[in-house]
Amino acid sequence: MKVLVPVKRVVDYNVKVRVKADQSDVDLANVKMSMNPFCEIAVEEAVRLKEKGTATEIIAVTIGSKTAQEQLRTAMALGADRSILIETDEAVDSLTAAKLFAKVVEEEQPQIVMMGKQSIDTDNNQTPQMLAGLTGMSQGMFASKIEVEGDKAKVTREIDGGLQTIEVKLPAVLSADLRLNEPRYAKLPNIMKAKKKPLDTKTPADYGVEVASKLKTLKVEPPAERSAGIKVGSVDELVDKLKNEAKVV
Amino acid sequence: MSILVVADHHDNELAPVTANVVAAAKAIGGDIQVLVAGENCQAAAEAASKLDGVSKVLVADNAVYGHQLAENVAALLAEIGKDFSHLLTAATGVGKNVFPRVAALLDVNQISEIIAVESADTFKRPIYAGNAIATVQSEDAVKVITVRGTSFDPVADTGSAEITALDQATDAGLSSFVGEELVASDRPELTAAGIVVSGGRGVGSAEGFDIIYKLADKLGGAVGASRAAVDAGYVPNDMQVGQTGKIVAPQLYIAAGISGAIQHLAGMKDSKVIVAINKDEEAPIFQVADYGLVADLFEAVPELEGKL
Ligand SMILES: Cc1cc2nc3c(=O)[nH]c(=O)nc-3n(C[C@H](O)[C@H](O)[C@H](O)COP(=O)(O)OP(=O)(O)OC[C@H]3O[C@@H](n4cnc5c(N)ncnc54)[C@H](O)[C@@H]3O)c2cc1C
Repeated sequence: MKVLVPVKRVVDYNVKVRVKADQSDVDLANVKMSMNPFCEIAVEEAVRLKEKGTATEIIAVTIGSKTAQEQLRTAMALGADRSILIETDEAVDSLTAAKLFAKVVEEEQPQIVMMGKQSIDTDNNQTPQMLAGLTGMSQGMFASKIEVEGDKAKVTREIDGGLQTIEVKLPAVLSADLRLNEPRYAKLPNIMKAKKKPLDTKTPADYGVEVASKLKTLKVEPPAERSAGIKVGSVDELVDKLKNEAKVV
Repeated sequence: MSILVVADHHDNELAPVTANVVAAAKAIGGDIQVLVAGENCQAAAEAASKLDGVSKVLVADNAVYGHQLAENVAALLAEIGKDFSHLLTAATGVGKNVFPRVAALLDVNQISEIIAVESADTFKRPIYAGNAIATVQSEDAVKVITVRGTSFDPVADTGSAEITALDQATDAGLSSFVGEELVASDRPELTAAGIVVSGGRGVGSAEGFDIIYKLADKLGGAVGASRAAVDAGYVPNDMQVGQTGKIVAPQLYIAAGISGAIQHLAGMKDSKVIVAINKDEEAPIFQVADYGLVADLFEAVPELEGKL
């Protein structure tokens, strides 16, 4: 079975971003970019499915500018067999991204689309669910365990209050939560091999999808900053402050 | 404007956060109806009918909506939702699972986890782990929105809306419920608690968390954790506070053995008073703490519990 893994190039999770002075967006000039951590978990899960013999081919896909090739090469170094870059320099909203992935699904007919639950830039947590809706596929979101059995998958999901297990019919869109697995690091020989793996470049127009959004960002501001408080010297002082100054206990 | 608030509920009990979502709906303004979809959810519907500002409660009580399977609930919402100007729900596990699917079925974007309403089509939401706040405007015919509960004060429960049963029932036949493992706890729910005591990797073990639970119980608070503590298996996943876990904003947040990574801060920095207990005086958590105590948590936490 084919597994399709959409991945996203985002600001590295260690970077504390700053807002641009004109409040148009955050400032990403000269900032380290990486594969979204949840997408790394998704790639890892796909690779494990292949190692188990469940998956036969892994296709990575991304939407973005030319530089996003880096993340596709990373995905291939980790074990994806080939990849597709849907190239655009415009910001693509989640609905448009889901529409583009739906076209790829139509072409490739994967049994599983394995995604990260959230990208750490826009923090939307929505593209996998949207893709499932657009394609009429079943969905298993925020997965911490996936077991494929025939034409079904048993998915254990992180929910409020604990864990829920559901069974979904394949084809399905699954999204990875933090504890699905611990992604491996790419080994040097695999990074070299990945350079030779096929990388197809397409445009949104090739898929007949228009990149226009009905959701406009008017302004991006820094959050209200907390001013650092004080250090207390002892538990007694802390208790006194909590009781008499903050009055919260 | 007509707004449909989709209730969050578990075991026939209305989740308190629904009252915060109704508050967000009131800030938008217009007729507010609440939908309760589930199996055996009459009591939740009755509780919803008391929420201030709600004109009508719609109940879809059917086995196909049991366990809130996304495919079935989304199909229902896409069908009845298109007649509303806004669909709102809490940014909880269920809301995050179901709402984007609804948005896709309606061919609109979702506006995720809003923290403020500027006007009927303009909202504020955090991005980049809360390091920036975006103001976004939607031109979509139906605005599909999830709401961060802690950003809106709940409405009172002095209302009395009429309750109407819906008879739609679609089973997409795509997924089925197998089982669940819920954490039993008598403590307050994390996102609604007035006091939260959280432990991190510094707590060292599941047994180490005993002192965290004891302090929380003394204060009548909930217990939270960092991702590192959850990943290490000290506590269940449900306790993770942060960018990709739960968002809390209690009156008092006590962080013990937590370094203060941006992903953790994203989930708790709107707390009123923050206390940090950490043996490393350089730990970033001290930059957001109102009261910082540089100490070994295994001494300081039991001492604090004893003296409160
Ligand atoms: C995609 C992604 C999503 C993430 N989402 C979240 C999230 O939602 N929530 C979250 O919390 N993290 C999240 N993280 C992880 C985050 O980056 C940090 O790794 C994590 O928060 C660290 O947890 P910690 O502070 O408990 O551990 P550490 O950073 O290891 O800190 C432990 C602290 O304990 C102190 N300590 C040790 N022993 C003692 C002692 N005896 N007494 C007092 N202090 C002591 C140490 O000085 C140290 O400061 C995410 C990461 C990624 C990549």
